[in-house]
Amino acid sequence: MQDAGGAIVAFEHVSKQYGSAEPAVNDLSLTIPAGEICVLVGPSGSGKTTTMKMVNRLIEPTGGRITIGGEDVMSLPAVELRRRIGYVIQQVGLFPHLTIAENVAVVPRLLGWKAARIRARTDELLALVGLEPRTFGARYPNELSGGERQRVGVARALAADPPVMLMDEPFGAVDPIRRDRLQNEFLRLQEQVRKTIVFVTHDVDEAIKMADRIAILQRGGILAQYDTPEAILAAPASDFVKRFVGADRGLKRLSLARVRDLTLIAPVLVHAGDAPGDARRQLDGEAQLEYALLVDDHEQPLGWIGRHDLRGDERIDPARAMPGPAPVQPETTLRDALSVMLASSVQLGVVVDERDRVLGLISVDAISEALRATAGVAPAGEPRE
Amino acid sequence: MTEGQPFIRWDWIVANLDQIGLRLGEHVLLTVVAVGIGFLISFALALLIRRYRTLEGPIIGLGGILYSIPSLALFAMLVPFTGIKNPLTAEIALVSYTVLILLRNILAGFSSVPREVLEAADGMGYTASQRLWRVELPIALPVMVAGLRIATVTIIGLVTVTALIGLGGLGYFIVDVGYRRFFLTATIVGSVGAVLLAVFADRAFVVLQRALTPWAARRRAGG
Repeated sequence: MQDAGGAIVAFEHVSKQYGSAEPAVNDLSLTIPAGEICVLVGPSGSGKTTTMKMVNRLIEPTGGRITIGGEDVMSLPAVELRRRIGYVIQQVGLFPHLTIAENVAVVPRLLGWKAARIRARTDELLALVGLEPRTFGARYPNELSGGERQRVGVARALAADPPVMLMDEPFGAVDPIRRDRLQNEFLRLQEQVRKTIVFVTHDVDEAIKMADRIAILQRGGILAQYDTPEAILAAPASDFVKRFVGADRGLKRLSLARVRDLTLIAPVLVHAGDAPGDARRQLDGEAQLEYALLVDDHEQPLGWIGRHDLRGDERIDPARAMPGPAPVQPETTLRDALSVMLASSVQLGVVVDERDRVLGLISVDAISEALRATAGVAPAGEPRE
Repeated sequence: MTEGQPFIRWDWIVANLDQIGLRLGEHVLLTVVAVGIGFLISFALALLIRRYRTLEGPIIGLGGILYSIPSLALFAMLVPFTGIKNPLTAEIALVSYTVLILLRNILAGFSSVPREVLEAADGMGYTASQRLWRVELPIALPVMVAGLRIATVTIIGLVTVTALIGLGGLGYFIVDVGYRRFFLTATIVGSVGAVLLAVFADRAFVVLQRALTPWAARRRAGG
């Protein structure tokens, strides 16, 4: 099945007011181009979740209009509209009484698809999010890990091939390392499906990483700035944006660059039981490497072997390996890579592909080099702090 | 009766198997009708409370008052209106006891549905009634069945008391034969019979609960 891609989502003077209180969303106008990720970010009380929920009318606007592909969202009954919009929430909200396959099939079933079509689509989507349909299809949600459940949530949202997806802090409930992987997976998926995505987060770094465009909202639901992450970091539109993005905007630029932008260092690979001679000679030839990387038969990293453990003729003993920082992926931002590397005694990052096979290494030096380079290309006229 | 009668007269039991079967059937029927009608009323009240939250306090309060009336007193109060030996007298009282137990469990069942599940259901385009029947009810079922289990076991015990108004199922043997005619064998038949019936019903509900909720049984090894 060919996915249909995204549709333009437009907010035109949209407001939401509860009683006579300060509006939750105030005269919001913005257009999200088809197939882009728009991240709504802001402090609490800025109306970012309200804004998102007005797209599928879980909250009804009190003024203005929202269109999807030119069509007013009020022109359809709310339940029909919602079946055409993917919805992913932080706690996932899988139905505990349905199997994984049945969970993914929820919207197609509401739409009355034929059983064979539902089955084919369910298998396709589970495979797309990296869950083997025959292994996972018949399980129940409580048999899955948090990360697996979140992937099922994404598959479920994509089931009826909606042009638009709403994602409410979808990776907020997982630990930072798993979050990085889920974000990377999702960005890879988005390259294929090209949906128009409204993504809510309170985390500026996540916004910078995920967004094609960021909408920064401030208290009272006022749009403070709407632009690409690069433009917002280079030229914040107001003091509020400057404060919200943080004083470390230079450092935040590390979130714009990815591990794949660096030249990877070739590692010295060793396997358990190898004679140490080869590895020792290779390390001697590499001034910047103090460690050889121990990998298993599938080229997946296990740990580091120090130069001093490669003396003599003693074969390589996996018990000597030191744990290193968690592996990163080509899509990981340099900021996240730096933070996992600084947390470990071995300050080398192992870059792995989606099957955890070693692609190469990155060093803290290489990242600071990249930081100097991006600082150098900052647009002229940027105020110095 | 005569002195030195044996603890249990098996010959009496054998001779009265028909009668025992008949009373057992009556016992089961009184119980099933009471729990069945009680469940329908409770379910309707629970749906009403879901819509009008403010009704919860008054309805639960009224149920509590009914529940606190001693069964004997309740039968006595009803007899002038519906008469003795009338199953209606028994059922009115029995149903009113089930309602509090069942209503509380049905409400607890509905509130056991996680908030994020409701939000996901709304966000994906379930109508209100689709959400109720396809999402909330199946998830609430284990708690509801637990309520049915408690109510059924309670009612099996209470049915014996209806022997005082000329019904009673197995209670007939306890009150009319065992107590009024001092015949120990009948008392034992009535009591042991009622206890066995309660134990059987209890086990049956446990099996039913497991069968209805395959998703709650399996857990992922190691979390």
